Amino acid sequence: MPKLVIDGEEIEVPAGYTVFQACELAGKEIPHFCYHPRLNIAGNCRMCLVEIEKSPKPVASCAMPAAEGMVVHTDSPLVHKARKGVLEFLLINHPLDCPICDQGGECDLQDLTLFYGPDHSRFEENKRAVADKYLGPLVATHMTRCIHCTRCIRFLTEVAGVPELGGCWRGEHLEITNYIERALHSELQGNIIDLCPVGALNSKPYQYRARIWELKKTESIDVMDAVGSNIRVDARGNEVMRILPRLHEEVNEEWISDKTRFAYDGLKYRRLDVPMVRRDGRLVEASWREAFRTLVDRMGELPGERMAFVLGDLVDAESMVLVRELAERLGCPHVDCRQDGAKIEGRLRAEYLFNTTIAGIEQADFCLLVGTNPRWEAPLVNARLRKRWRMGGFRVARIGAPFDLTYPVEDIGEGPETLKAVAEGEHEICEALAKAERPMLVLGPGAVARADGAAVLALAHRISERFGLLGEGWNGYNLLHTAAARVAGLDLGLLPGEGGRDLAGILKGVEAGEIELVWLLGADEIEVSRLAGAFVIYQGTHGDRAAPVADLVLPGAAYTEKNATWVNLEGRPQHGRLAVFPPGEAREDWKILRAASEALGRTVPLDNIFAVRARMAELAPQLARIDSVTPAEWGGFGRRGRLTEAPFVSPIADFYLTNPIARASKVMRQCSAEILRPVNEKATGTHG
Amino acid sequence: MSTTGEGMAPEVESFAFSEENLEKIRGILARYPEDRRASAVLPLLHLAQEQHGGWLPRAALDHVADFLGMPRIQVYEVATFYDMFNTEPVGRIQVRVCTTTPCWLCGSDEVLRACREVLGVEVGESTPDGRFYLREFECLGACANAPVLWVDDDYFEDLDYARTKAVLEALKRGERPRPGPQSGRRGSMPAGGKTTLLFEEK
Amino acid sequence: MLHDRDRIFTNLYGEQPWNLEAARKRGDWDGTKDLILRGREALVQEIKDSGLRGRGGAGFPTGLKWSFMPKQSDGGPVYLVVNADESEPGTCKDREIIRNDPHKLIEGCVLASAAMGCTHCYIYIRGEFVREARILEAAIAEAYEAGLVGRDACGSGYDIEIHLHRGAGAYICGEETGLLESLEGKKGQPRLKPPFPAAVGLYGRPTTVNNVETIAVVPTILRRGAAWFAGLGRQNNTGTKIFCISGHVNQPCTVEEEMGIPLKTLIEKHAGGVRGGWDNLLAIIPGGSSVPLIPKSVCEAVRMDFDSLREAQSGLGTAGVIVMDRSTDIVRAIARLSKFYMHESCGQCTPCREGTGWLWRMVTRLAEGKAEIAEIDLVWDVTKQIEGHTICALGDAAAWPVQGLIRHFRDELERRIVARKSGGDRAAA
Repeated sequence: MPKLVIDGEEIEVPAGYTVFQACELAGKEIPHFCYHPRLNIAGNCRMCLVEIEKSPKPVASCAMPAAEGMVVHTDSPLVHKARKGVLEFLLINHPLDCPICDQGGECDLQDLTLFYGPDHSRFEENKRAVADKYLGPLVATHMTRCIHCTRCIRFLTEVAGVPELGGCWRGEHLEITNYIERALHSELQGNIIDLCPVGALNSKPYQYRARIWELKKTESIDVMDAVGSNIRVDARGNEVMRILPRLHEEVNEEWISDKTRFAYDGLKYRRLDVPMVRRDGRLVEASWREAFRTLVDRMGELPGERMAFVLGDLVDAESMVLVRELAERLGCPHVDCRQDGAKIEGRLRAEYLFNTTIAGIEQADFCLLVGTNPRWEAPLVNARLRKRWRMGGFRVARIGAPFDLTYPVEDIGEGPETLKAVAEGEHEICEALAKAERPMLVLGPGAVARADGAAVLALAHRISERFGLLGEGWNGYNLLHTAAARVAGLDLGLLPGEGGRDLAGILKGVEAGEIELVWLLGADEIEVSRLAGAFVIYQGTHGDRAAPVADLVLPGAAYTEKNATWVNLEGRPQHGRLAVFPPGEAREDWKILRAASEALGRTVPLDNIFAVRARMAELAPQLARIDSVTPAEWGGFGRRGRLTEAPFVSPIADFYLTNPIARASKVMRQCSAEILRPVNEKATGTHG
Repeated sequence: MSTTGEGMAPEVESFAFSEENLEKIRGILARYPEDRRASAVLPLLHLAQEQHGGWLPRAALDHVADFLGMPRIQVYEVATFYDMFNTEPVGRIQVRVCTTTPCWLCGSDEVLRACREVLGVEVGESTPDGRFYLREFECLGACANAPVLWVDDDYFEDLDYARTKAVLEALKRGERPRPGPQSGRRGSMPAGGKTTLLFEEK
Repeated sequence: MLHDRDRIFTNLYGEQPWNLEAARKRGDWDGTKDLILRGREALVQEIKDSGLRGRGGAGFPTGLKWSFMPKQSDGGPVYLVVNADESEPGTCKDREIIRNDPHKLIEGCVLASAAMGCTHCYIYIRGEFVREARILEAAIAEAYEAGLVGRDACGSGYDIEIHLHRGAGAYICGEETGLLESLEGKKGQPRLKPPFPAAVGLYGRPTTVNNVETIAVVPTILRRGAAWFAGLGRQNNTGTKIFCISGHVNQPCTVEEEMGIPLKTLIEKHAGGVRGGWDNLLAIIPGGSSVPLIPKSVCEAVRMDFDSLREAQSGLGTAGVIVMDRSTDIVRAIARLSKFYMHESCGQCTPCREGTGWLWRMVTRLAEGKAEIAEIDLVWDVTKQIEGHTICALGDAAAWPVQGLIRHFRDELERRIVARKSGGDRAAA
């Protein structure tokens, strides 16, 4: 642990620290542009120059290892002169367009100019103009503002693993570009907007829409996948203007996927903002009173076993508490939160959690992916796997369909027969698996949402026990969910009760005339055409797949419009917060359910969110421990059975269009069309 | 619009190395460690440019990138970084005038004037028949033989207006003028005869 | 004055063939095996004792540099990279070695590799040297053929592979880490230091980068002994040196001379004197474009070596002597160098990317007198904001020529501004 003297104070810093980090530890703020703690060191902006005694020149602190006995000055005339000089150089060719720049108010260059900048320009020459680049529907460019810090290049190369930006040409002609004027392909590309210290890379959908100081910022949780990325929802009035990541080291670090960041325009379109009832074959607007009257008419006398509840992917935990309570009071055993048909039994928590935890991936040394495409199913989990791979000494094997995950993967098979061979120790990969100190296995939805899912789970269980995936403080068995609602649903037991049917059974029941009413809570990813024989209540946010076939529509609140709990794939409960109010007559879902229970004469006596959460804590105590992961106990799960030959297929065919909000988003549709389209097609002529 | 979009080089559909070049490439790759194929990017771009008539269309860059297993953007970076690569079509015979100070002191302005006159184009332009491409180049490293003209593989040295004209006109006629000092002296020996390596005192 | 018998490069003008047979007659490859078998330590010590300083411009003691390489092999490759990316304006010495005496360089590679435990050697030659590269390639092939290079080089039991690598037109690849980046297949953007190449160099392995001339003199030093080399020149500035004399002299040339030869002697003896006589001299850039110019008054007595020229606020650099007589538009001459540095800036770090273009534009205006007197100080300021603040030395190299101009020709700059203000465009020039 080297000891240094920084501005006269002695400080001991961990070995491997840079002078920059040492200064930060000493409480000294070092201005910088190119340095970013999560990216490789570039040392190119030269803003972080400090004086180190015995060094003839000022030193870029971000790139200099802290060494024993260094005497560092961060506040000397030499340092000030150097910073001032660098800043002047950055400004001479930077346009004075702050008043119209989206970065205005949150710009590093603006901020540092305030402290170190000159009060006037000594630059009499013409400023350089740089042509903007076309990078696709998400990232807008204003390249004249670029200060060439290369953070965007490094992010895409290092973190995202889709190296498509570079610095072309040289000297003062150096331009950050993809050279080919086509959309970037990374599903994490939006992060380069945050990383850009100036206004060169902006959010295209947000461009010229708002100023930072007009926005109300609400800290919340994302629901586009089951990662539970921490986000900040910026709203003006009652409109979500943009979504940004919030730092959470154990979940999303400081990144979010593009679906998380850009699907928010889907909150505006195709919204269900008023109750609707079907009259003469058509859905017509109705009042809540009329809606509930219809509800009572159809449901009041119906025996519980003739109705069913199916829950969708975005449902919050509070609503699920209400569903559980209501179903119980209605005597309805047909409840299923697995709208994808996953064969998860749900008796044992360890069965359905990502037990290793996301941060825990960094401890693993071997990973077997089974029926999963983490890049699309959980981009931040994939980013963590890539991060682990970059650290070295990490081998990844896959059973399932090949897909570029941005790191090397050994494909060892496509279906259950390979998994069986591994479980029986008969596959050559077993040697590596057995040798690994901290092996992990990730079972994706494509492995369990199939007829032989339970048997696949049993094989995974066997592998876990046979190959030391369970060790002291280590659980390498993981189920990867794609739905933000799923873990809470399983934790709260929203599964078929005594004599109850699962989704497949419910659909069959409808077709057989045994089930007369189905209540869909945001469930759109099911075969809605098979519901024709039942009275369908659709409670949710969007006129997506299910609402058009519904007989009664109850408009709910989207994730940005309510205070609610979601539990991520690790089993980590987190609170989302209301950023804007639900549109029109739409209401928070637990409240709709509470009111319905009263109308039905089966009142669930939970009158406010605190009461709901208290009940939630009774049902699943771990859900009260906000933001903490309660390790799940190991036990038996899965069921031995016949395996099919069908290869594992990820349920996500289009990353950008996985839920009703995303499907309503024009931006997501554009991404789907432009980014997932074969790359060799020609770019459109709509260049910025 | 953008620099790389509009005014971009004409689209060339595909590029593949010739058999002859593939043979050369085998030898080139042998120079570098097996897991460091990217090291061969400059030699391969040289070959690709030579094969494609003096410039590198995107198809060639992509081919080199894929051939070496490099991210394509890295090859775009390289191709635009180095002065010898042309990413837009140019005349087949590349006439490059060194105009850096040592050559300028010795009359590179006159060399440039002769080039403009004989070729009928400005710096940065190619002749309409696509034969010649004229450009300025930074120091060519033959300063004791300044001013210098670099045509394809050859340096023409000790130039003035008349000598430049003679060289270019010969090239125009399809001849291959003798490279090196056009003054007739040997290499960078003093024009009046050598002052060293006389071994007189022996 | 250097005796011919003390000259190393006896085929500097290509009067004899470059090939192996001729090279052997010149004394190359004579007893190389025995030299190798002296062992690493002895070889490094000999070079240290000779006082040889790097001939690429910086003048770092070669033996010391070699001693930074790991003493113990870890089994992996260790590299010698020879910098043949000769691009410094005013410099054309390595070209002569490569095309006329390539075996001196190749033998030097073998001996230097033996001294440092290098397993592989790459010679990075600038792309423009097409013919030179062909000769060097052929010479390497000859050496392989003769068993001088490759497995059991010279029968010494020592394996050394030598490969040629062509650049593609980028001055910055002459910076040692820019060169390594380029050799790895990237843009030639210099790396941050530390780590230094001796620890983390080519492909992350220990690497020494040396200039062509540095390596090419090694065999002769080892053969004739450190004392011989150290006996030439003066303390800390020993040996012989190839000088390139260009610009306004009667007979521009390259010539090998003793380190420390008076500049005036060098020019008058070998280059036929300044055009129009010594008194017609205006200024000289003594060490390639990156060093500040010195006016005639300084040229009178200054000696051509590292320390003397540093004392004269300039530098020996690559020993590319650019002579400018009184007809020279000195401001334009320097402005052209500013353009060179702008063009060759890799663009990586802020002060160089932004500062070199700014400098060029201002100096160009100064050449025409289109400026305010106060702007001369601004130009000075800008050079000082670049100098010492960049990743590599190109920033310094861009700043120094302009500083030299202002230091010695401020009057001329002011005169042009005043003339333009009072008499219009013509009077300025």
